[in-house]
Amino acid sequence: MCYRRKEGFMLEVKNAGFAVGEKWLVKDVSFRFMPGKCYMLCGPNGAGKSTLMKMLSLELPPKEGAVHYNGHPVNYRSKKSYARYRSVLSQAVDISFPLSVEEVVLMGRYPHFDIKPTKHDFAICDEAISMLDIEKFRKRNFLTLSGGEKQRVQFARVLTQIWEPPKEGCRILLLDEPISSLDLKYQFDFLHHVKKFKDGRTIVIAILHDLNLALNYADELLLLSEGQLFATGSPATVLAPGNIEQVFHLRTNLHKMPGANLLWIH
Amino acid sequence: MLQQSKFFFPALVIILLITIVSAIAFGAVYILPSEMGSAIKHFFQGKDPASIYEGVFIQLRLPRVLLCAITGAILSVSGVLMQGLFRNPIVEPGLIGTSAGAAFGASVVFVLAAGMSKEVKSIAGPLLVPVAAFIGGLFATFLVYSLARSQKKISITSLLLIGIAVNAIGLSGTGFMSYIARDPQARSITFWNLGTFSGASWLQVFITFGVAGIVFFLSLRYSKQLNALILGEEEASYLGVDPERLKMKVMILNTAMVSVATAFVGVISFMGLIVPHVLRLLIGSDNKKLLPASMLAGAILLTWADMGARLLLAPAEIPIGIITSLIGAPIFIFLLKKFNVLQEKGGFYA
Repeated sequence: MCYRRKEGFMLEVKNAGFAVGEKWLVKDVSFRFMPGKCYMLCGPNGAGKSTLMKMLSLELPPKEGAVHYNGHPVNYRSKKSYARYRSVLSQAVDISFPLSVEEVVLMGRYPHFDIKPTKHDFAICDEAISMLDIEKFRKRNFLTLSGGEKQRVQFARVLTQIWEPPKEGCRILLLDEPISSLDLKYQFDFLHHVKKFKDGRTIVIAILHDLNLALNYADELLLLSEGQLFATGSPATVLAPGNIEQVFHLRTNLHKMPGANLLWIH
Repeated sequence: MLQQSKFFFPALVIILLITIVSAIAFGAVYILPSEMGSAIKHFFQGKDPASIYEGVFIQLRLPRVLLCAITGAILSVSGVLMQGLFRNPIVEPGLIGTSAGAAFGASVVFVLAAGMSKEVKSIAGPLLVPVAAFIGGLFATFLVYSLARSQKKISITSLLLIGIAVNAIGLSGTGFMSYIARDPQARSITFWNLGTFSGASWLQVFITFGVAGIVFFLSLRYSKQLNALILGEEEASYLGVDPERLKMKVMILNTAMVSVATAFVGVISFMGLIVPHVLRLLIGSDNKKLLPASMLAGAILLTWADMGARLLLAPAEIPIGIITSLIGAPIFIFLLKKFNVLQEKGGFYA
């Protein structure tokens, strides 16, 4: 594939802003998200992370500016076609009626089949189920699971939705504080799976509260403050003590160690 | 729970057939299965019924049992659809105003048509009445829906309270119409409020079958989207479903079939509550299975209830709504308590 065509395969926000009434939750944000990278959004509560995420999910049309996907402005009426290449893992998803774990995971394939799931759809679900280590309760009622187990099932569903990259363009995986309900082992497993899932045609964007995890797992960080981008770039430069003090009003030290960086609040 | 044997659906079909045959057999007069066979044979040969029993079978018993079965299917499927849209197990057409609105619409046309010429009456009976019922039902449902909704969320407490108010308006309107009515059937307020299958005719059977058939077919087509709604509107939207459009379409379809049934048989409450609840415990909530299962089980249950209505105090007849409310209302209270619905904690079926 020639370089030029590949260049258009990205997610781009151009001077995007969104307001509720008079209050601008996000204002004048411009950024290019490239495939093959994992981006993390950081910032204090109310900085506009969730609103920006909603715009990146191609669901919320910006009040000003634009969102471009694969080189074209987003058409907010073609929900169905975006659902095949963009999936979103929300903080906590609960269901209103009893369904088995398998049935929940299969929902990820809904945008891909018309009425009956194919063998291929079932095969993808099986792979996701074994990948996320939820095999042993795949027949159980989702509602009887613990919070962490539920989140793993939802992650499996979200992955099956975009299991295969599109023939043209790139796929988007959005994660909204995905690991707050997981215990330590599964937090690291989760980030490991994300890393494995991220290939040359995948854009991963996550909201993460734990700055240390962001520091070590993100390829690029976006630090938001009061609805605007405060700093972007490599995690270690964005989370420099000076930036953190201005945005979070906290004093920190950044320790660079072999293999990992550590942010120490004091 | 969610494990179901492959005999589940065949078993339901067989039970339904047995139910229908026994419902036809038992009544004020007993009809032998051999008489049913010969009556059908004579009917298709274009001959008159050979005996009074065959006449009762063709003209009274068969249309009544069929109308009853299809109404049971309609009310149960409607329960599944409405519960799916509101994401709550305690919603059914009798509670959210659909039935009361439909009954009011139907009674208005019933009463107005009674004062007109015979020609108007003959069209109004089977055709205008269901249309008026549909308009009334749709209006009442949307009224409850939009009043109960605030900040894009439907609080179940306000849904139930507003449902009570709109039901009261619908029923008092129907009561007024029956009071000023001349037609003896419309005069009976129990007909509208408690429901009965005693006036079933073949034309009603055909119209109800037609509408229900179309609605069942389309709801099965939406079963995938309805499943996605179990995750919540936001997640459904990420899966490519437009929740607002889906809700609008399903609400209109649902109101159409409930209104037609209500126009012919009156308000039958709580059916839409019992069947979906029991089935969810047996086979889970996948609408692809739940909708057809509700169709069959609803038909079975209401046919038995109607048999009870005819036989318990024979030769007198109890309005069927008394029986369904007697069974359904305790289940409703049980659901309210079990799922802490009024505390709005959610966590149903956990």
